[in-house]
Amino acid sequence: MSKAVIENSNILLEVCNLEVQYDAIKALHGLSFTISKGEIVTLIGANGAGKSSILRAISGLTAFSGDIFFEGQNLQSVPAHKIVRLGIAHVPEGRGVFGNLTVNENLQLATWQRKDKAEINADYDRIFTLFPKLKIRLNQLAGTLSGGEQQMLVVGRAIMSRGRLLLLDEPSMGLAPKLVQEIFHIIKDINNTGTTILLVEQNANMALQIASRAYVLETGRIVLAGTGLELLGSPRIKSAYLGS
Amino acid sequence: MSEGIIYWLQQALNAFQLGSIYALIALGYTMVYGILTMINFAHGDVFMIGAFFCFLLSSLLGLSFIPTLLLTMLGTALLGVMIERLAYKPLRQAPKVSAIITALGVGMFLENFTLALAPYPKQVPLLLENVTWDVYGISISSIQIVIISLSLLLMLLLDYIVQRTSIGMAMRAISWDKTIVPLMGIPVDLIISITFAIGAGLAGAAGTMYALAYPVIDPYMGVMVGWKAFICAVVGGIGNIRGAMIGAFILGTVEIMVVAFLPSTFRDFVAFTLLMLLIMIRPYGILGKPRIQKV
Repeated sequence: MSKAVIENSNILLEVCNLEVQYDAIKALHGLSFTISKGEIVTLIGANGAGKSSILRAISGLTAFSGDIFFEGQNLQSVPAHKIVRLGIAHVPEGRGVFGNLTVNENLQLATWQRKDKAEINADYDRIFTLFPKLKIRLNQLAGTLSGGEQQMLVVGRAIMSRGRLLLLDEPSMGLAPKLVQEIFHIIKDINNTGTTILLVEQNANMALQIASRAYVLETGRIVLAGTGLELLGSPRIKSAYLGS
Repeated sequence: MSEGIIYWLQQALNAFQLGSIYALIALGYTMVYGILTMINFAHGDVFMIGAFFCFLLSSLLGLSFIPTLLLTMLGTALLGVMIERLAYKPLRQAPKVSAIITALGVGMFLENFTLALAPYPKQVPLLLENVTWDVYGISISSIQIVIISLSLLLMLLLDYIVQRTSIGMAMRAISWDKTIVPLMGIPVDLIISITFAIGAGLAGAAGTMYALAYPVIDPYMGVMVGWKAFICAVVGGIGNIRGAMIGAFILGTVEIMVVAFLPSTFRDFVAFTLLMLLIMIRPYGILGKPRIQKV
């Protein structure tokens, strides 16, 4: 077998000429990138650069043109609830907990398509190890949790849905600095257990530190790509996103 | 027991019967509002269709009470799903007012479709033998017992579905934020269909029971009852299932009590005035909470 085929088999997600349009506004102008198994890939860019649109297209929340392949399967016109079943978990921006449901019910919801009871229990244990606070608050309404706890809950929910690819949209937003550290630590932990991660972040510094690779977006286009360390050292990134 | 207490207990029993029927209908309004923030104004007419299904099944096919009730519920459930798929789903992204106007249109369609087929009021055959017992001076009829106990049973069943099953959990999640529910692997359209089926099925049960108590039915019977049930849902806190039940029993009580003390023509006038006052005091309803504005 040729080397190219072996390399290809390592690709988890392939995005080709992705375009997203909202009414008259074009949010993404035909961008392409790939994610390999086991990576943490981060998308950085200013507000409105199109980062969230990319995640929404991948998870089926937004219609798109172009192609997205997950493990070789084309995701074009696959409904969102079926994309989850394929193995993509999306943690949306702004802590999408269901505030009228208990913590436990929020976690249960994410197991909707799963039948493997034993494995589900194992995942509960894993979540309680990562987030001991969730265990204490299990029967409390999610709306009564603090911002940090809600963020833990949505990450926990994504673990419950057993994604092989985890899409994280601004997981550090609005969190105290200590919690931001903790969340990034947990992202790294989740990655170490074999989950591939696509991370959208405003906190470029933290994101680049844990990322294997990164793409920089400006107005719907990829303008720069490289490893996390390369971009951390890039003067252009320093001035535009790291504030130095 | 004294005359006075007996009188009050008798009125309370009558109020409970009327409230049960309002509650079954109010639940459909509140469930649909809960998940789609839309008022399904055709719902009162689904109740009317239920009464007509009951008429067809019992008089033409000669079925007895239980099969009539179950088939009527099944029939209105299917009708509810069809209405949502054909009339409301295409408008889900459209302005809310379009969906509301469409709902009014569907209601008028159902009324006039029925009118075309049944221009004169119909008499539903007696489905249950009506026996009246005298319990310490309070007269209790078998139909009254059937209506109250069956309604309570259906409400408990619904409460169980919504609070304890995964489908109910999905419904509650949709009512909080529909946009992220698909990310849980949940097919939102299916849950919406199930919600319409349950709401319309309960309206079918209400139609059957209404026909038990008041056997002369006509195509416009759903209009006033529908408005009243809608108001019950609002008074209880629209979107809140237990609130709809409370609102229905309040209206049932008010109506019966007004008739007990005042000329019967005062009934709706006093009832609606009181309900408006209640809403002024509690604009979100008894159990309702202001919707959280999501930015």
